[in-house]
Amino acid sequence: MQKQTVFQSRLLPYVLVAPQLAIVLIFFYWPAVQAVIQSFLLQDAFGLSTSFVWFDNYKDVLGAPEYFATIVRTFVFSFFIAISSLSLALLLAVMADKPLRGSALYRTFLIWPYAVAPPVVGVLWVFMLNPSLGILAHGLRAMGIDWNPLLDGNQAASLIILAAAWKQISYNFLFFLAGLQAIPSSVIEAAAIDGARPARRFWTIIFPLLSPTIFFLIVVNIVYAFFDTFGIIDTITRGGPAGSTVTLVYKVYEDGLLGGNLGGSAAQSVILMGIVIALTAIQFRFVERKVNY
Amino acid sequence: MVERQKFGNLFPHIVLCIGVLIVAFPIYLAFVASTQDTATIANGQMSLLPGSHFLETYYKTLFVGSSGTTREPVSMMLFNSLVMAMLIAVGKIAISIISAYAIVYFRFPFRMAIFWLIFITLMLPVEVRIYPTYKIVAQLHLLDTYAGLSLPLIASATATLLFRQFFMTVPDELLEASRIDGAGPFRFFWDTLLPLSRTNMAALFVILFILGWNQYLWPLLITTRDDMQTIQTGIRKMIAASDALTEWPVVMATAILAMLPPVFIVVAMQKLFVRGLVETEK
Repeated sequence: MQKQTVFQSRLLPYVLVAPQLAIVLIFFYWPAVQAVIQSFLLQDAFGLSTSFVWFDNYKDVLGAPEYFATIVRTFVFSFFIAISSLSLALLLAVMADKPLRGSALYRTFLIWPYAVAPPVVGVLWVFMLNPSLGILAHGLRAMGIDWNPLLDGNQAASLIILAAAWKQISYNFLFFLAGLQAIPSSVIEAAAIDGARPARRFWTIIFPLLSPTIFFLIVVNIVYAFFDTFGIIDTITRGGPAGSTVTLVYKVYEDGLLGGNLGGSAAQSVILMGIVIALTAIQFRFVERKVNY
Repeated sequence: MVERQKFGNLFPHIVLCIGVLIVAFPIYLAFVASTQDTATIANGQMSLLPGSHFLETYYKTLFVGSSGTTREPVSMMLFNSLVMAMLIAVGKIAISIISAYAIVYFRFPFRMAIFWLIFITLMLPVEVRIYPTYKIVAQLHLLDTYAGLSLPLIASATATLLFRQFFMTVPDELLEASRIDGAGPFRFFWDTLLPLSRTNMAALFVILFILGWNQYLWPLLITTRDDMQTIQTGIRKMIAASDALTEWPVVMATAILAMLPPVFIVVAMQKLFVRGLVETEK
């Protein structure tokens, strides 16, 4: 698609794209290329000599059982975050889609947490579930659960998942609500005339019509669980106890802080890039996006 | 409504109220905690009603700082976050709108190549190239500067694509008309295109401001000086100490202050926010 009428100028368009091009080249392409090059190199302990080692760094990274566990853990986190937050958001959106008194007010209250930053979300939840002074922790203990996420890896993981899913409810809610409102009411009325009860209407008409939204949101939620949970993990558990809440991004960060193995951490970055590109490709391929390029 | 429900709309109201409760309770609790004194909270004796230390805690948080690990007052962090978020939002909109203008309204060699170069950046968030980017920012001596905080986050294509799409929908007749009136590229951009783009710019600004304000990993890495930390990195340092030493009222007051600007924007500009969100994502 192109404009039929355009301006003629030899220099001006380059001047106009120059600032963005400069920033993209310096802060995007240059580091990305560096990461790829670095991932094929091995540096000695003193940083004096480097040698080209082909895929050795990748073999090291992928061969470590710890890294494999981290990949699995990241996907498990993503799964639970996505499923819990999507289902709750869908329920709320279906309810808010009805002509209710005060539905605008409900909506305002439900979209709030979108604006809360991940580290703040972490702080809120760590406070509620702090084993010694958290209000919810007292409740759990009263129910006979030995709650201590500082020691128990599974409990720490569920705390992260809970906090991350909480934050994502509002985002999913907004998109579900938009999706629901786009469904023509005539379709639903027709089904009602045919005698379909609300539950049946939901599963046979609304849910299928909503599936593009659902699929889009699944991908977005996975990407969210990969990247935006960093702030939550860093404030709640810092990857502990004993590495039980370390995700892929957190591992890149942690290994980088320790310094040392440059090639290895570059290889990790490149693997992450691969995963993100794959997810984006899936999104482009299967999700109908109303964009013309 | 298609049919009458037996109990009216009682059921949806109940579900939505529970939803609001789930969403609002942690935030309410944070506010309550910020108005009570440290000892009460440390004992686990916190009440669910606001206490009497509101002014005291917020004054201390804003202008004195917690007595523990971070000695910077939170007002400083708020200022840093504000500068960073504004630079990201305004910077991104400014450079994107002019590059989209060039790509849509001019024909020039490498036009599509440049478009793709920018387009591809959509795919990779800053987190995956964090250390190489850090190295470059360090080499450019931009650590602990506002430029270092914001520039790498400006390097993405969302806004450019959005403006490009919008420009494509602007009727050609407008350009023809202004050319007949003798307008050059600057004039057309300034007098016709910018006013038309106002809503898009506002919607984008809302989203980008929130995104910039909520950045965490990047500021965590590139700021080392206490007076350069943003509120998001500052709050983590406050709970770094052991349980007994954490001043929870101050931490919670900081949390409330940290969420106030973006929440205010979302609530006050709900229409623009929803529009911006849906448009940047699709």
